[in-house]
Amino acid sequence: MKIGLFIPCYVDALYPEVGVSTYKLLRSLGLDVYYPEKQTCCGQPMGNAGFQDKSRKLVESFDELFKGFDYVVAPSASCTSYVRFFHPEIAGHECEAAGKTVDLVEFLHDIMKVKSLPAKFPHKVSLHNSCHGVRELGLSSPTERNIPKFNKIKDLLQMVEGITVFEPERPDECCGFGGMFSIEEIGVSTKMGIDKLHRHIGTGAEFITGPDSSCLMHMQGIAAKRKLPVKFIHVAQILSAGL
Amino acid sequence: MSTIHAKRANEFVRDTEKVDRHDATFWSVRVKRDAMAHMLPEWENLREAASRIKKHTVTHLADYLEKFAENARQNGVHVHWAKDAAEYNDIVLKILNEHDVRKVVKSKSMLTEECGLNDSLIHHGIDVVETDLGERILQLMGIPPSHIVMPAIHITREQVMECFVDKGIVEKEGQKAADSMHGDRRVLEAEADPTFLTRCARFHLRENFMTADCGMTGANFGIAETGEVVVCTNEGNADMSTSIPPLHIVSMGIEKLIPDYKSMAVFQRLLARNGTGQPTTVYTSHFRKPRPGQEMHIILVDNGRSDILGNEDHWQTLKCMRCGACMNTCPVYRRSGGYSYTYFIPGPIGINLGMLKNPDVNFNNCSACSLCCSCDNVCPVKVDLSTQIYKWRQQLDSMHHADPMKKAMSEGMKVMFDHPGLYTSALRVAPVANCMPSFLTNLVMSPWTYGHSMPEFAKKSFHQLWKSGLDDHK
Ligand code: SF4
Ligand code: SF4
Repeated sequence: MKIGLFIPCYVDALYPEVGVSTYKLLRSLGLDVYYPEKQTCCGQPMGNAGFQDKSRKLVESFDELFKGFDYVVAPSASCTSYVRFFHPEIAGHECEAAGKTVDLVEFLHDIMKVKSLPAKFPHKVSLHNSCHGVRELGLSSPTERNIPKFNKIKDLLQMVEGITVFEPERPDECCGFGGMFSIEEIGVSTKMGIDKLHRHIGTGAEFITGPDSSCLMHMQGIAAKRKLPVKFIHVAQILSAGL
Repeated sequence: MSTIHAKRANEFVRDTEKVDRHDATFWSVRVKRDAMAHMLPEWENLREAASRIKKHTVTHLADYLEKFAENARQNGVHVHWAKDAAEYNDIVLKILNEHDVRKVVKSKSMLTEECGLNDSLIHHGIDVVETDLGERILQLMGIPPSHIVMPAIHITREQVMECFVDKGIVEKEGQKAADSMHGDRRVLEAEADPTFLTRCARFHLRENFMTADCGMTGANFGIAETGEVVVCTNEGNADMSTSIPPLHIVSMGIEKLIPDYKSMAVFQRLLARNGTGQPTTVYTSHFRKPRPGQEMHIILVDNGRSDILGNEDHWQTLKCMRCGACMNTCPVYRRSGGYSYTYFIPGPIGINLGMLKNPDVNFNNCSACSLCCSCDNVCPVKVDLSTQIYKWRQQLDSMHHADPMKKAMSEGMKVMFDHPGLYTSALRVAPVANCMPSFLTNLVMSPWTYGHSMPEFAKKSFHQLWKSGLDDHK
């Protein structure tokens, strides 16, 4: 199976280790993984700010770069859902790549159906169920809905040796990132982040982990400013620990 | 440049205790709602059914309206049509004048709020008394509601006490209230005892019910099949408002229509469960015909609704049954309060309705959303609230309401992301930012650093790592 690796811009610049973990994880499953070097961003920051039109060219070139792969895998739920659900509308036509773009968790859980992982991570973690992962990609059952409970991220994390996984109170309330929202509505965004952090820390976990580096970045920035005692790690890094 | 919502919200969050209380209050309603939703195995089917019934009704609105009006007339009810707020206010005034009405008692109606009815009546010398307890408190305080279902939940009992003292209600009704509780009036007053306050309000309202010449209600639903309206309250005040006065006027938005009793059963199961976490409202009152000796009028109000029907992106707002759940779940509403929004209906549905009503003012609310999509998932009629907010944002630039900072940033991103070469070289220099004196980076990113420390750029981007050996194909 030929996999196109999509490493969203902020992962590229701020958290390259998340990209490396994803790559190693996919390779360890015996997959053929390529990283098209001309990729940049999914366009979501512009779209959420109200300038989706400015990402038209980017959307077309995303499709060009990735349409030849069997799957496009990204370690980011939010970017994945933007590509899958918004690219066709922005382009004004069906996008081949968009239909094949999946988040790493979805890919491992639903497509590769992994049942075991060699990773070890003897730590307590609090799981951050990020909004677009929950409510757009369906990585876990949204608490608003009356449907059977599930959590694909937790399923995967629990394959890791030594790990203890907690979920915070209000397990899928927004952390307040929201792209430009965190700049434009700084007061509410920060307050949401603080509240979320306290709930994560309240579980007694040493790490906050999740499928979206953007939420982690937001919370990390707020935690650092207040010197809150918690560390951050992307799900991909835990699942690949020891590779 | 910040929107009005952002500015007011930034003020609101300063008082941590207040914002935490506000958040906790509405979150507890969300929790109660979830418990109710999880008690009904058919919950998601009900939502789907409700959504489809609403879609069906609003897409056949003219037929159902005719049917409703015809049946209402057959029941001996006078039916009026108002195309906008002004026409509506005129019709009400005309009916009141014909009956020499001096005082009106009203049960809660967001439509009268939308049309500014109270001001119009007061202006014409008619005494208007809100009878929903929360609404009455706000009316006495001279402030607007901050939520559509729990309009005064942000007011503390101490504030209510102060207001009741101020308005002479405690002086007049306090002794009666204390006696009815077999309590010591001075103690009850000093403690701003909630039961004492409700008793005072009860005696105060009772007198108004007895002396009013007209009772006005809204309508949660209008049933086309029978020509009746259904009003849901917890206090029974709609029934009190209509039981004594010889005149009953119903104000109903044309989107409140549903086809028949069978559909009513679907909505009845959803409304209170979803709105307040109760299995049902305490009173579900059906008004079909006037009492003997009473006159009943129904005013069907358009006020922009048929324009919304023709709006491809936003017609779904007409499915809304004003349960308030999207506000309760909205993490932004809970942390910014109803008064941070520029439209009288706040929260997710208010952002959208406000834009439909007056975008030149209400664009100020479009920032109040992190696009978490929680509102879409609680809505009992599946209004696509967050999608609509996203769509409004795309239109702000052409409406000349785009934020210049966001526009500049988006333009910068476009240039960078459209040119992979530029993007890559920008990343190559990015680590330099880490070495700059922090006051410089703080200045550049000042809004972000209000709440956050700066993120650190990695020493080497993934791009660079890939090139320098990660790629194991070669
Ligand atoms: S999507 Fe926006 S409006 Fe809806 S609940 Fe989330 S923050 Fe509030
Ligand atoms: S939009 Fe939906 S959730 Fe919000 S008030 Fe209307 S019916 Fe209730």
